Amino acid sequence: MLSSLPPFVLFFVGAVVIAFTRGTARKVLILAIPLVGGLNLWFGVEPGLHLQFDLIGYTLTPYRADKLSLLFGYLFHLAAFLGFVYALHLGDGTPEGSVAGEVGEDDIVGNASAGLQHVAAMVYAGSALGAVFAGDFITLFIFWELLAISSVFLVWARKSERSYATGFRYLIIHVISGVLLLSGALMLAHETGSIEFGHVGLVGTGAAGWILLLSFGIKAGFPLLHNWITEAYPESTPTGTVFLSAFTTKVAVYALARSFVGTDVLIYIGTAMTFFPIFYAVLENDLRRVLGYSMINQIGFMVAGIGIGTGMAVNGAVAHAFADVIFKGLLFMSMGAVMTMTGRTKGTDLGGIYKTMPFTAGLCIVGASAISAFPLFSAFVTKSMIMVAAIEEHHYIVWLFMLFASAGVLEHAGIKIPFFSFFAHDSGIRAKEPPRNMLIAMSIGAVLCVLIGVFPTQFYTLLPYEMDYHPYDLRHVVTQLQLLAFGALGFITLVKSGVYPDEKRAIHVDAEWLYRKAGPWLAGTVGRAVTRVDVYVRSSVLEFVGSIMHGAERTHGPVGPLAKSWPTGSMVLWVAILLVAYLLFYL
Amino acid sequence: MNQNYHDHQIKEPVGWLDKPEAVRRFFFAIYLICGVLLVAEFFLISAENAHPHPLEESVRFLVYPMYGFISFWFLVLVAKPMRKLLIRSEDYYERGSDDAE
Repeated sequence: MLSSLPPFVLFFVGAVVIAFTRGTARKVLILAIPLVGGLNLWFGVEPGLHLQFDLIGYTLTPYRADKLSLLFGYLFHLAAFLGFVYALHLGDGTPEGSVAGEVGEDDIVGNASAGLQHVAAMVYAGSALGAVFAGDFITLFIFWELLAISSVFLVWARKSERSYATGFRYLIIHVISGVLLLSGALMLAHETGSIEFGHVGLVGTGAAGWILLLSFGIKAGFPLLHNWITEAYPESTPTGTVFLSAFTTKVAVYALARSFVGTDVLIYIGTAMTFFPIFYAVLENDLRRVLGYSMINQIGFMVAGIGIGTGMAVNGAVAHAFADVIFKGLLFMSMGAVMTMTGRTKGTDLGGIYKTMPFTAGLCIVGASAISAFPLFSAFVTKSMIMVAAIEEHHYIVWLFMLFASAGVLEHAGIKIPFFSFFAHDSGIRAKEPPRNMLIAMSIGAVLCVLIGVFPTQFYTLLPYEMDYHPYDLRHVVTQLQLLAFGALGFITLVKSGVYPDEKRAIHVDAEWLYRKAGPWLAGTVGRAVTRVDVYVRSSVLEFVGSIMHGAERTHGPVGPLAKSWPTGSMVLWVAILLVAYLLFYL
Repeated sequence: MNQNYHDHQIKEPVGWLDKPEAVRRFFFAIYLICGVLLVAEFFLISAENAHPHPLEESVRFLVYPMYGFISFWFLVLVAKPMRKLLIRSEDYYERGSDDAE
C-alpha cells in the first residue's frame, strides 16, 4: 500500500504527527519516517506512472518514477535520515562541554525552536521528494513553493534579527522563482498544450524555455542569482543548514537534468559557477559562508555536465549531486558541530580545537578529502565523469577552467575549512566533542564518502544512462594526486612566504549588494527626487490657483468692482441715454 | 599570516601541532609525496591516455603538478586585490541604506 503512495505523503503526515509529539516518541518518528520511506522506495517502487489524473483539462502526474527521479528519491531519503540523526539532540538543552554561551547568543544552537526545526525539515524533505517525483509542471510548482515556505523556517529558527531579515529575502527570491516557474509552465502549455515535466530546452520553446531556465537557475544558484545561498546558509541554525544544503539546490539540478539536458548555455553558466566563487571562498571569514561558495562551485560542475548533455556527462552531473549532498552535508555537519560547541564559525575566532574535538576534526577531513576528489573518495569517481565528457566533446577551454576550479576546491574546502577551524593558531577554546548523535551522523556520511569512492561500479548502476567508464586507471590516479599534492605545496609556499591573505573580521560584498545596498539607495534617491518634483509641481500649481483666486477676489470680492450693487436711478439714467441714442440714430 | 601560526603561545593541552618537530615532519611528508609523484610521471609516459587534452599533448611533462601549483598562486594573487575592492565591515549592511559606497 505504501509503495502506491507518493513518497511525500509519508513525510507530510509525519510532520503533522511529530508536531504533536515530544521526547522519545518524536525522536523515533523522525528517524523512522525517512528510513521506512527510503526502504519502501528501494525495495517496493518500480519505474512507471504511479498516480495520474485529469483536472480542469490538464493531466496531473503527482507520482512518476524513473531512474533519474528514483536516484534523487534515494538521495533525499538518505539526506533526510542523516539530517534527522544529526538533529536528534535538539530540545535536550545545551550539550555538555559546549562553550557556545560565552559568545552571548542565547540560543545559538536553536534548542528553543527544536519542534519548529523538526517539523519544518520534515515538510522540506517531503517537498523535495514531491518535486522529484512530479510528472507535470503544476505539481512541480506546488512543491517548488512548499520547498521555499518550509525551508525559510530553518533560517528563522536561529531567532536573531539578522536571520529574520535574511529569511525574508530568501523567501522573496524563492517565491519569485516559483512565479517564474508557473508563468513559464503556462506559456509552455499555451504553446504545446502539455504541462508534462519533461525536456523543454531553449529551441522552439520561445520565452517559456528561458523563463523556466531562469526559474531553475535561481534555485540552482546561477551567477548573480546565487546570493540567497551565501546569505541564508550562514544565518541558519547548525542543524538547519545541513537540511538547507541537501535539498533546494539539488531539486534545481534535477529539474535542469530533466528539462535542459544538452542546452549549450548551461556549459558556460556552469563553468562560471565553478570559477568565480573560489575567489570569494579564499577571502571569506565565516566558514559556513565559505561552504556556501563551495556549494555554488560544485553545482557549477553539475550544471556544466547537464549542458554538455552526453550520457556520461549527465550521469556525472547527477552522480556528483548525490556525492555532494553527502560530502557537503558532512562538511556542514562538522561546522555545525563546531558552532554548537563553540558558538563560533569564523576563521578569526577558531583554531586549535582539534585538541579537544579530534573526532570531529577527523570527520571534517574525510569530507574535505571527498570534496577535493582524492582517489578512494566520492568526488574522484563522480566529478571526473564530467571532466572526461568535456574533453570528449572538445570543450577544451571549459576543461581548463574546471581543472583550475578543482584546484580551488582543494584550497577552500580541502584545506581552508579544516585548517582554520581545527588547526591554525590556538584560539584557546576548549569545547568538547558534540553530542553522540552528531558524531554518528557525521560518521555515516564519512563512511558513505569512502564507500562511493571505493566501490564506484556498484554506485554507477543507479545512474540513469548506460556508460562504460572506469575511474581508476593509473593516469587518472597519478595526475589527480599530482594536481592536489602540488596544489597543497602551493598553499604551503603561500603561507610560508606570507602571501596568503589573513582572515579578517569583515565581509566581502557580492551581488547581494545590488538588492541590499544599491537597490535601497536607488529607491531612496529616486524617491527623494520624485518628492522634490512633487513639491515643486504642487507649490507651482497652488501658486497659480492662488493667483487666480486672488484675481477673482479682487474683481468679485466684497470690495471688487464687479461685486458692487448699482443704484436704480443710475440704471434708469443709462436706459434713457440708450433710448435717446437709438432714437437719434433711427431718425 | 604565517607569523601568527608560529609565534603563538602554547596552551594546554599540548597538541601535536604545538611541537615544531611534528610540523617539520608533516611538511617533510608533503615534500616527499610531491617527490614521489614527480617520479611517477615517468610511468605515465607509457600509460594509455584514453582522453588526451591538447594541453597534455603540447606540454607533455609535469602538466598537472605545474597546473596545481600555479592555480593556487593565481587564485591567491587575484583574490588579494579583489579584497581591497570588496572588503567591508561586518555591520556594513546593518548600517542603513543611505549610501551605496
